Amino acid sequence: MEEGQKPHISIKAEKIFEIFGLSITNSFLLSFIVFLIFTLGALIYYYQSKSKNKSSFYYFINFIVKSLYDLFYSVLKEKTDYFFPLLASFFIFILLQNWSGLLPGVGSLLIKVKEHGELISAPLFRANTADLNTTLALAIISVFLSQFFAIKYLGFKAYVAKFYRLKEPVSFFIGTLEIISEFSKVISFAFRLFGNVFAGKVLLTIIASLIPVLASFPFLVLELFVGFIQALVFSMLTTVFISVSIAKHHLEGGDKNDS
Amino acid sequence: MTAEVAKFFATALTMAVGAIAPAISIGIIGSKAVEALGRNPEAESAIRTTMILAIAFAEAVAIYALVVALIIKFV
Repeated sequence: MEEGQKPHISIKAEKIFEIFGLSITNSFLLSFIVFLIFTLGALIYYYQSKSKNKSSFYYFINFIVKSLYDLFYSVLKEKTDYFFPLLASFFIFILLQNWSGLLPGVGSLLIKVKEHGELISAPLFRANTADLNTTLALAIISVFLSQFFAIKYLGFKAYVAKFYRLKEPVSFFIGTLEIISEFSKVISFAFRLFGNVFAGKVLLTIIASLIPVLASFPFLVLELFVGFIQALVFSMLTTVFISVSIAKHHLEGGDKNDS
Repeated sequence: MTAEVAKFFATALTMAVGAIAPAISIGIIGSKAVEALGRNPEAESAIRTTMILAIAFAEAVAIYALVVALIIKFV
């Protein structure tokens, strides 16, 4: 393939411009637009919930939120009310970010930017979850909060006893392993989301560069599905980790349902 | 073998070897889910959710291999 036709693939988000020394990347740009839409939708929903005559938009959002609530209720039971805002935000935010990467123009609108003194062309928009910084941030929030809720629900003493118990010397070895596994959760969360979305982006780019017309349509539908599944998996895993970390029966040394 | 050829081989082998175990495990998960569905069809939604979660776990390994392959190829 000649240099001119080579599809443009970059593993990191490109810098578009700077504001006061703060570099604005293309993924941040699209993320900000999606964030504005997300906030706007939430505000409209909030004001509609107070007014008398509600639009069909309200009922549509209500339907989605209700199905999400039922989904999380199957894991968290009566504690769902407390955790629902966090988990539903995770789901809807990631879903919108994943799907925004499939919009026409994202990744195909190119602009010229300066990098290391030379002019290169970079896409103006990039799906936010195809940027490792975002997924890492989401993963750190998710894992940190599951530890935070564990301390909040169990108390600090019981939280430490989850890892180290004086009565069982072997727990000093296993507890260290479990602490490492908490850190590896961050990496696995981040890479799972990033890998899926970025791989989808690469797949679509390469298919479109091989066969320009119609061939990428089935892959587009596949990516819609993958984006949904990854949002679901991220929020479901967060739910499961939170429900495991706040569970009390875990302390009694009964680790047989631990996976 | 030049460095460029080694890079191509590394990319292809990362993906090829890395996809073996996830492929087998997704097959096992799917077959077990169908078995469970055959035994009690009324638990369909619970089985489906658990199956998708388990598949996502297994698939993540393949995705790691894919990310590494992409890094080798493009960085």
